[in-house]
Amino acid sequence: MRSVAEVFARCRAEGRGALVGYLPAGYPTVDGSVELLTAMVEGGCDLVEVGIPYSDPVMDGPTIQAAAGRALAAGFRLRQVFDVVARVTAAGGNCVVMTYFNPVLKYGVERFAADLAAAGGLGVITPDLIPDEAGQWLAASDEHGLDRIFLVAPSSTEERIASTTAASSGFVYATSIMGVTGARDSVASAAGEIVARTRPHTSLPIGVGLGVRNADQAAEIAGFADGVIVGSAFVDAAERGGPDAVRALARDLAQGVARGARPA
Amino acid sequence: MSTSTGSHASGRITASQGIDTPSGHEPDEGGHFGPYGGRWVPEALVAALDELETAYEKARHDPEFLTELDRLHRDYTGRPSPLTDVPKLSRHAGGARILLKREDLNHTGSHKINNVLGQALLTKRMGKKRVIAETGAGQHGVATATACALMDLECVIYMGEVDTRRQALNVARMRLLGATVIPVKTGSRTLKDAINEALRDWVTNVDTTHYLLGTVAGPHPFPQMVRDFHRVIGLEARAQVRERTGRLPTAIAACVGGGSNAIGIFHAFLDDPGVRLVGFEPGGDGVETGRHGATLTEGSPGALHGAFSYLLQDEDGQTSESYSISAGLDYPGVGPEHALLKDVGRAEYQPVTDAEAMDAFALLCRTEGIIPAIESAHAVAGALRLGKELGPDAIILVNLSGRGDKDVDTAAKWFGMIGSDESAESADGTAIAEGAVTEPAGSFADAGSKTEGIQA
Ligand SMILES: Cc1ncc(COP(=O)(O)O)c(C=O)c1O
Repeated sequence: MRSVAEVFARCRAEGRGALVGYLPAGYPTVDGSVELLTAMVEGGCDLVEVGIPYSDPVMDGPTIQAAAGRALAAGFRLRQVFDVVARVTAAGGNCVVMTYFNPVLKYGVERFAADLAAAGGLGVITPDLIPDEAGQWLAASDEHGLDRIFLVAPSSTEERIASTTAASSGFVYATSIMGVTGARDSVASAAGEIVARTRPHTSLPIGVGLGVRNADQAAEIAGFADGVIVGSAFVDAAERGGPDAVRALARDLAQGVARGARPA
Repeated sequence: MSTSTGSHASGRITASQGIDTPSGHEPDEGGHFGPYGGRWVPEALVAALDELETAYEKARHDPEFLTELDRLHRDYTGRPSPLTDVPKLSRHAGGARILLKREDLNHTGSHKINNVLGQALLTKRMGKKRVIAETGAGQHGVATATACALMDLECVIYMGEVDTRRQALNVARMRLLGATVIPVKTGSRTLKDAINEALRDWVTNVDTTHYLLGTVAGPHPFPQMVRDFHRVIGLEARAQVRERTGRLPTAIAACVGGGSNAIGIFHAFLDDPGVRLVGFEPGGDGVETGRHGATLTEGSPGALHGAFSYLLQDEDGQTSESYSISAGLDYPGVGPEHALLKDVGRAEYQPVTDAEAMDAFALLCRTEGIIPAIESAHAVAGALRLGKELGPDAIILVNLSGRGDKDVDTAAKWFGMIGSDESAESADGTAIAEGAVTEPAGSFADAGSKTEGIQA
C-alpha cells in the first residue's frame, strides 16, 4: 500500500470505513512507541498517525498532552520519528505523521519532507497549519510525493472548506466538534454536519476525529464518513495495558467501522 | 513643576487617532509584517479571527465607537498620561535627560488598559458575552477583569501557577473584580502555558467567547489591532516631548515581553529616522546562563501561539522555557512587528538582567519617589545604559509601562527585607523596617545612599 488514497480505496472496496489510530512517537520510549503502533496495525488500524511530541500542543487535551510530555521528558528527538515510521512501515503499517508545524519549520520543511518520504511515510497531518501559510509545505509535499492532510472544522465557512479541501490530498480531516482532543461519550451532531458540508467540495475521502473512543461511536461515524480517527482512547489503552490493550482496542474499533459502513 | 504645557499638547491627541488614522506601517492582507505574523492557527479559529478582523475594521472608522473609546480613556483610564522629568535619576544616566511616559498612572496601573478597553468594546459589538484572557504579571488580567466588570461581561483569566504565586496581589484584585482565575499547571506554569490554555478554551467556546489577547503577539489581526490601541502612548508622548523640550527625543527605551508597550511608544517615531528605538528584553540571570527571556536577542524565527516571529526554541523546534524575575516579561515569544523592526534595523533590542533591572527599580524609588513595575524597571535600566552611551545632550524617553505595587513582595525578597518564603503582607513589619533579614540579593540601602552621595 503506497498511498493514503489506496488505503481508503481498499477499505471502500471491502465495504467498510477506514480505521485511523494515533499515538505519539517516543511514548513511552522510542522502542515502546514502535511496539504500540505495531500493535495498532495488528489490531486492524488501516492507517496510523505517528504523532510528534511538541512542547505547546494547543489542539490537545490532557491525555495526549501528558503522553507527549512523557515522550519529551524521556528525551525524544525529532529525527527519531523517521526511525519510528520506518519500523512501523516495515511491520506492515501505513504511516502518516501528525505534527504541529514549528518542529517541521525548525528541521527545514524540504528536509523534513525528504526524510519522511525516505522513511516510508505517506503524508502529514498539520493541526495548526492552514493552507494560507503553507507555501513551502505545498511545494515540498509535491516534490516528495507526500499527502497533505489539512483540517476542516464545524466553524469553517463554505469558502474555507473549498480552499482547504482544494489544497488537501490523501484525505480531509474533519474535526467533529469545536474543541481539543480527548475521548468523549457521545458523537456530536456537528460531526455529521461538517462531513455533509465538506462532501460537495471534494472527492477526497473524509476522516472524522476528536472524541471517538468506542466501537459504537466508530460504527456511527463510519455510517457517514470514510474514516474514523481515534487518538486519546489509544493513549488511555496504552497506559492501562500496553500493546495488548492497544491491539484489543484496535480490534474492537475495527469491528465498529466494519459494522457501520457508509452506503456506497 | 507643571505639566500644563505637556497636557495641553497631548490634549489634542486621543486614543481614537491610533486606530482611525493608519500608521503607514500596515501588515499585508494576511497580517504579515515582512515574513512575520500571519495566522499559524488551527482552522477552527479562522472564522473567529475573520469575524474579529471585520469587526475591528468597521469599528475603527465608526464615530460612535471612537467617541466611546475616547470618553472611556479620558474619564476612566485618565488619559492623557503625563510626561515626567526625572532630573535626579538622570544624574545616574551620564547626565542625559530622562523623561518618563507615565503609563503607570493609568487606571489599573499599566498600559494594558489601552488595549483592553478597545477589545472589550469590540466584544460587545460582536455580541459575545464571555471573555477569556491570559496574564503573566497579572496586569493584563486585572485590566481585563476591570473592563468586564464595567461592561457586564463574564471573565475567565488563565494564569500560570508560578505567576499566581509571584503576583498574588493581582490574583486577589481579579477575584475582587468578579473574574474567575484559573491557575495553569502545565508546562513551565507561566505565561506561555497560560496562553496555551486560553487557546484551548477559545477553540472550544469560540461561538460565545472573545479571547482578549494582551499583547501584540498571536494571529492576525491581534498584532495590528493591539498595536493600534496602544499607539496613543507614542502619539501623546511625541507631542509632549516636543512641547516640553522643543525637539524629538534622541532615543526611546521600552521593555519588551510580547512587545505591546514598546510598539505603542515606538510607532509614532518609526518615520523619525533620527530617533533610536531600543527595546529591552529580560536578561534574567544573564543570557550566557541560558536563564533568560531575551527572545529577539537570542531566539530564532519560528511559529508559536499563532504567529511566525522570533522565539526561544531548541534544535527540534520545541519551545524553550524562558526565565525572568518579571512575570510580565517571562515569555519565549515576541510580537511579529518587532521581528521585522529588528531585521530591517529600525529598532534594536538588548537584554537587561534581573540584577540591572532591580538596581534601576531601587534607584527610581529612591531618587524620584516612583515605584515602577519590575517590567518597566528593565526600560529604566536600559535608559541608564543609553544615557551613559549618548551623553548629556541626549533626551531619552522611557515608557514607564506600569507601577510596582504588584511587585512589592518580589522586591522585598530581592532586597532581603523579608525571607524568600515569606510574603510582604504576612511578614513582621518591624523586621522589614529594621531590614532584619539575612543575605540580601541586592542592596536597597546602597541605591539610596549612592544617590544621597551624588546629591550632596
Ligand atoms: C507593566 C508591564 N509592562 C510590560 C509588560 C510586558 O508586556 P508587553 O511587552 O506586551 O508590553 C507587562 C506584562 O504583563 C506589564 O504588566
